[in-house]
Order: sequence, then C-alpha cells, then structure tokens
Amino acid sequence: MNGAGRVLSSLAALVYALILAPIAIVVALAFSADNFILFPPSGYSLRWFRALSTHGPLLSALWLSVQIASVVTLLSLVIGVPAALALAKGRFSGRDALTNFFLAPLLLPTLITGLALLLFFTPLRLTATLPGLVLGHMTVTVPFVIRMMTTAFSTLPDDIEAAAATLGAKPWRVVRRVTLPLVTPGLIACACLCFLLSFDETVISLFLSGPRAATLPVEMVRYVEGRTDPLIAALSVVLIVATLIVVVIVERLVGIARAVGK
Amino acid sequence: MSDARLKWLLLPAALFVLAIYAWPTLGLFRNAFNETGPTGAMVETWSLKTTAEVLEDNFTFDLTLNSLWLSLSATLLALAMSYPVALFLFRTNSRFRGLLAVVAIMPMLISGVVRVFGWLAILGDRGLVNSLAQSFGLISAPMKLVFNWTGVTIGLAESIMPYMILALLAGFGQLDRTLEEASRSLGATPMRTFLRVTLPLSLPALALAAGLGFVLSMSAYITPKLLGGGRVFVLATEIFEQATTNTNWPMASVLAIYTLVLLLLLLVTSNLAARGLKR
Repeated sequence: MNGAGRVLSSLAALVYALILAPIAIVVALAFSADNFILFPPSGYSLRWFRALSTHGPLLSALWLSVQIASVVTLLSLVIGVPAALALAKGRFSGRDALTNFFLAPLLLPTLITGLALLLFFTPLRLTATLPGLVLGHMTVTVPFVIRMMTTAFSTLPDDIEAAAATLGAKPWRVVRRVTLPLVTPGLIACACLCFLLSFDETVISLFLSGPRAATLPVEMVRYVEGRTDPLIAALSVVLIVATLIVVVIVERLVGIARAVGK
Repeated sequence: MSDARLKWLLLPAALFVLAIYAWPTLGLFRNAFNETGPTGAMVETWSLKTTAEVLEDNFTFDLTLNSLWLSLSATLLALAMSYPVALFLFRTNSRFRGLLAVVAIMPMLISGVVRVFGWLAILGDRGLVNSLAQSFGLISAPMKLVFNWTGVTIGLAESIMPYMILALLAGFGQLDRTLEEASRSLGATPMRTFLRVTLPLSLPALALAAGLGFVLSMSAYITPKLLGGGRVFVLATEIFEQATTNTNWPMASVLAIYTLVLLLLLLVTSNLAARGLKR
C-alpha cells in the first residue's frame, strides 16, 4: 500500500479547489471592467489598477504599512535574535520558563492584545501614531522571531562552534563568524515573515488606528464595509504577489511548514 | 560564551514583553473592575458591577451561544475538509508533495481581508455561485449566502483550515502504517480499514485540531465582521464594538476576560479529550 489512493486524492483535489477559489477569483475580478462585484465579469480591463494608482487613501495607507513593517522587522530582529541565541545556547536554570514567558503573547488572540493595547496607549496618546502601531505589531512579531530563531539556533551543530572556540576564537567572534553566518538563511526567512506578519496585521491595527493613521488592511476593511467594487481586488493582486514572493523565499531557505508551524 | 553573560541578551526582549504585553494585559484585568457612569464616562473603582451587568444581560447569553454555535459549525466544516488534505499530504509520495503542502498552508499568509473579499465575489448576490445556479435555471432569485451566518461559517472554516491541516499533520506522526497494511493483508476492504484502523488512530490528532480551530474561530473578528455585514453578532464583534464605537472600556474588558475563560475551558477540554483518546 503506497501513496494516497484514488478516493483520498480526489477528495484532497476537491478541497484544494476550495482553498484556491477565493484567491483565484480575486485575481480574475481585479481585471474586471464592471462597476461592481459581478462574477464572471462582463468584460476585462485594467481600469481598476489605474483607479488604484490614483486612490490617495489606499496609497498612503500602503506607504504607512510599508514603513511600519520595515521598522517592526528591524526592531523585532534586534530584540528577538539575541534573546533566541541566549535561549538556544544558554544552560541556565529557568530557561524553559523564560521561553514560555517570551512566547506567551502568541497564546492570547490578537483581539485581546489589541484591546489591552488600546486601553494602555490611549492615556499615553500613542493610538493612531506610528510608534504605537509599531509597538502593537511587535507584540506579535517579537515572540514569533524568538520562536523561529530559537529553533534555528538549536538545530545548529554545536561542534562547529566548539571547534572555533577551541581554536581560540573569543565568544563574540564565534557568534559573529560562525553562528550568525550559519543561520543566515533562517534569519532572512524570519525577516521576510516578520515583514509579512506586520504588513497583514489587521485586528491590532483596527484597535489602534485612527482616521489619520490607518494601515493598509484597516483602510481595506473600511473600504469593503462601505462599498463593493473591484478596486480591492486589484489591490489584492498586488498583495498576493508580494505574499507569493515571501512564500517562495521562505520555502527555498527553510521550508514554510517548519517556519509557520510550531 | 559564559551562560551568565548570555542571560543579558534576554534583557531587551524581557523588558519589551513586560512593558508592552504583560503590563497592558494586567491593565485590561484592572479595567474590568471599573464602572461606566451615567454619562458614559469611566469611573475608576474596584467593583464587580460591570461583571454583574455583563453576566446578567441576556444579550451576553445570546452572544455566547452565537459564538459557540458558529465556532462549532466552522470547526466541523473545516475538519471535514482538512482531514482528507492532511491525510493525503501525509501519505502521498508525489514529487509535488512539497508544493502541495505550501499551497495548503498559503492562505494563512494571505491577508484575511483579501480572502474575505474573494468569498464576497463567490457567494455574493451576483457572485460565482449565484450566477452559475441562475444560468442553469436552478434558482430564480439569488440565494442569500453572505451577510449572514452561512457566509461567515464558510469564510471562517476556510481561514482556520491551514492551522488545522498543520495540527493534523503533526498528530499523524504517530500513525503507524504497518497497522493499516496488516488490516489490508488480513482481507479488510479499504473503507473498513479506514473506519476501523486509520480513523480511530487519528482521533487524538482530530481532537487537537478541532480544539485549535474552535479557539481560532471564537476569537476571529474580521470574518464575522465583514462577511456578516453587521448582521452577525458574536463575542468578538461585541468586544470590538464596546471598545471602539461605544468606548465602554470596562464592559469590553469584562467581555474579553469572559471570552478568555471560555477559550481556556475549551482548550483544556480538547487537550483532555486528545489525551483520553490516545489510550
């Protein structure tokens, strides 16, 4: 008995069609010539891409999201990677408890974190500001970086680092010249996913966004709530392509299932 | 490197989690003891008045039932669809296995708003399903498939599937192929082998995946909000409404803690079930 069998394969194929349906339809709809969501479209055009390129609120939200995601990625790596190194290589007591402490924010739904941050940031006047949104997203990305990089560091063979140390390399030199180069693929994959996590973060942003500082997903939610035309589909195509690029990079470097699973 | 010096590397992350996560979460609990005055302004105090209000309100009861029912239907739907995919990925020796695994979990990385928009185009009044059904003459007026519970259930099921597929795959690790082969070689039909061997052996994985799906559904906000079109009320949408539109923070905090307690109970149950099924 080898492989999956015909019945199972057909069932799986059917589900795959369902998984891909919303994405495929969004792409088709982006090239619609209609004024509203009509599927299949009565004609095809690039008008919604042109409309997108002149849509002020969505473009400025896109720019804000890119800025936030860049800062979030940078800060999360700066904070998270050293912590992951210590958790993976350190032999101190309470290490497991500390790991759990750092991963705790991933346990609570972002709905709860978002609410807690709204209550905390409002008196500090941090809501609807770039620093506020950055800190909010980091509650998701810092634990993510720590989890992913702890795994990356602990799967490194210890003997190479030990060899470098035996040959007289100082601890920091070992980290800089041996450990970090070895985890570079993992680091790049982690940075890409971090960017994507922040870029797509919706619930925390909805809590923290005001009318003046709205990230792209927030602006999209508002748009979809207000009316339904294929403009969002055109924007979605841009986002899907960006996601695919990240997925391909991560899959090549470390394998996507390993990176997003536990 | 000495372990004492390594510990210092933890400091920035520890400070961050304490200040931006632990402290605000404590603040949420603190807010649950505050009250909302008659003018709608928050009164700082230590009372259980807001908690009592929330627990005595029939609307809370309705919201709870709505949330539980929605999560249950979305989880069962997602489980029915994730199971064949996970089992297929676990068994296949196709050279496209890697690609297929990526496709199965990709929706997890694509923005939720994008996928919700896709469902609007599929299930909407002029969407794919209604146009197909109408062109075949199956229906005369469009079926209402979005902005109601149907749409939210479908959208939610799709959004939790990647997580459940991953959970099932992890759980299948313990599935022993030789047992299935023994069953087949002793003359059982494939169906019987599945029902008597494969399915019972994968029950712990199913319980864990169901627990995960349920928790994710209970705390989902975007899908009920957008596919519900303002007609679907669950705990998550109410928490958001109270916090933002009504700026009733004590109420929002109490509802949030109430939801957390429900989630905790559900997680414990599914873990106990998974452990019990392993025996």
